[in-house]
Amino acid sequence: MDRRRFIATGASGLLLGGCDRLNNSPGFRGLLRSAEKLTMASQRLISPRDALAREYGEADLSPIFRSNGTARPGTAEYARHAAEQFANWRLTIDGLVARPLSIPLRTLRSLPHRVQITRHDCVEGWSAIGKWHGVQLWRLLQHAGLSSRANYIVFHCADRFGDKPYYESIDLVDAFHPQTLIAWGMNGHLLPIPNGAPLRLRVERQLGYKQAKYIQRIEAVDNLAGIYGGKGGYWEDNADYEWYAGI
Amino acid sequence: MDDAPVIDEPIEAEPPPAPPRRIAYRHRLPTRLWHWVNALTVFVMLMSGLMIFNAHPHLYWGKFGANFDHGWLSFHGRPMPGWATIPSTYNLAAARRWHFAFAWLLSISLLIFLLASLINRHAQRDLAPSRDEVRPSHIWHDIQEHARLRFPTGDAALRYNILQKLSYVAVIFVLLPLMVLTGLTMSPAMDAAWPWLLDLFGGRQSARSIHFICAALLLGFILVHLIMVLLAGPINEIGSMITGRFRVPPDGSAS
Repeated sequence: MDRRRFIATGASGLLLGGCDRLNNSPGFRGLLRSAEKLTMASQRLISPRDALAREYGEADLSPIFRSNGTARPGTAEYARHAAEQFANWRLTIDGLVARPLSIPLRTLRSLPHRVQITRHDCVEGWSAIGKWHGVQLWRLLQHAGLSSRANYIVFHCADRFGDKPYYESIDLVDAFHPQTLIAWGMNGHLLPIPNGAPLRLRVERQLGYKQAKYIQRIEAVDNLAGIYGGKGGYWEDNADYEWYAGI
Repeated sequence: MDDAPVIDEPIEAEPPPAPPRRIAYRHRLPTRLWHWVNALTVFVMLMSGLMIFNAHPHLYWGKFGANFDHGWLSFHGRPMPGWATIPSTYNLAAARRWHFAFAWLLSISLLIFLLASLINRHAQRDLAPSRDEVRPSHIWHDIQEHARLRFPTGDAALRYNILQKLSYVAVIFVLLPLMVLTGLTMSPAMDAAWPWLLDLFGGRQSARSIHFICAALLLGFILVHLIMVLLAGPINEIGSMITGRFRVPPDGSAS
């Protein structure tokens, strides 16, 4: 280690050692976490409930829409569905609903749908613009008769990270937002496998890790505590990402 | 005997009387408070920001930008070393928590300071350059004085010189507000609430690039600022930013 590096390391080591120690202290982490609550409350306060994410034109589409996370779920069950062109894929809607549904993919694609060109922002910093075709989630929830006790909508996915299934959740503000889609198409084609075939979520006012892919089941719940790690999503449970990803 | 001049025995040469030590009240409480809040906040913002940059060390212009798109600045791996980041080992979730918590401190204190400075006229009286000061010849003269490390004395030391004024105005009224606004533009929820942010900066990835450039300029300001404090007398300078009281370098002192 040369001298300059030694001095830089020494000086910042004192400060950083302190920051790393703070970062490991539950009290300080609680303080930082409460600032995130403030962020969510403030963003909700200044956002009209139906404030739309920017919609772009065809000319703005990313030439290549980057696939992130799972590129192809590794289970035998998914392989069989993919081989069948998802002909037997069904979307289950259950939990706190009056009429649990199991909708064949073909039926879902024949429902009234919305087309939107929006920007996908990854938590890491990159953005890609894509065109999405899908059913507005509020229509499905209305059709299933969402209970007044439901507070969250959970999306159960076919992809696994190790032995852990991917899942995500949103609250009813986002679930009933006009741009929140269960998308079956992208850029004028059926959804490709790397981008979540046959069904994925679009929740346009939040970051990429909320946009669950390979959706099999939508569950309405009153709280998230009983589901997997209890923090409302795979990354929230396993990498300590915030449940609210509006920033 | 003619009156030959009597030559006295030479006496010990007495030093001229020292000029009275003059102490002036230089920094008011809002300035001092804001300065130290910033010293902490900007430090945390820069270091947690470098950790966030490590997650995707590529910058683009325009509305979108990802791995297959052309970036104007691109690094391999995780370019920012552990001693420059918070936390010191890769942790995007933790860096984001630090960044967004201290962002509140940064933007609220900036807003209060801007309002206080306009109301107590600190901005108009001490920071706004006068017509005379912005003449190129005056600025050039000030640059030469700085280059020779000749700093103002007497009453002139109580005022900000033109290079100070320009850099403080740039930081307070341009760089810091740009940091906050470009930061907000990267939030998808903010873009839905305030879509004009996207138009102002020409898209989210442009805003991200401007955010990074302004951070680099702020870092440059801090380095020059610290060097100037060291050269101008760190004890007096730092002391005055703590107590407000500044020992005025007497006129003619070659500092």
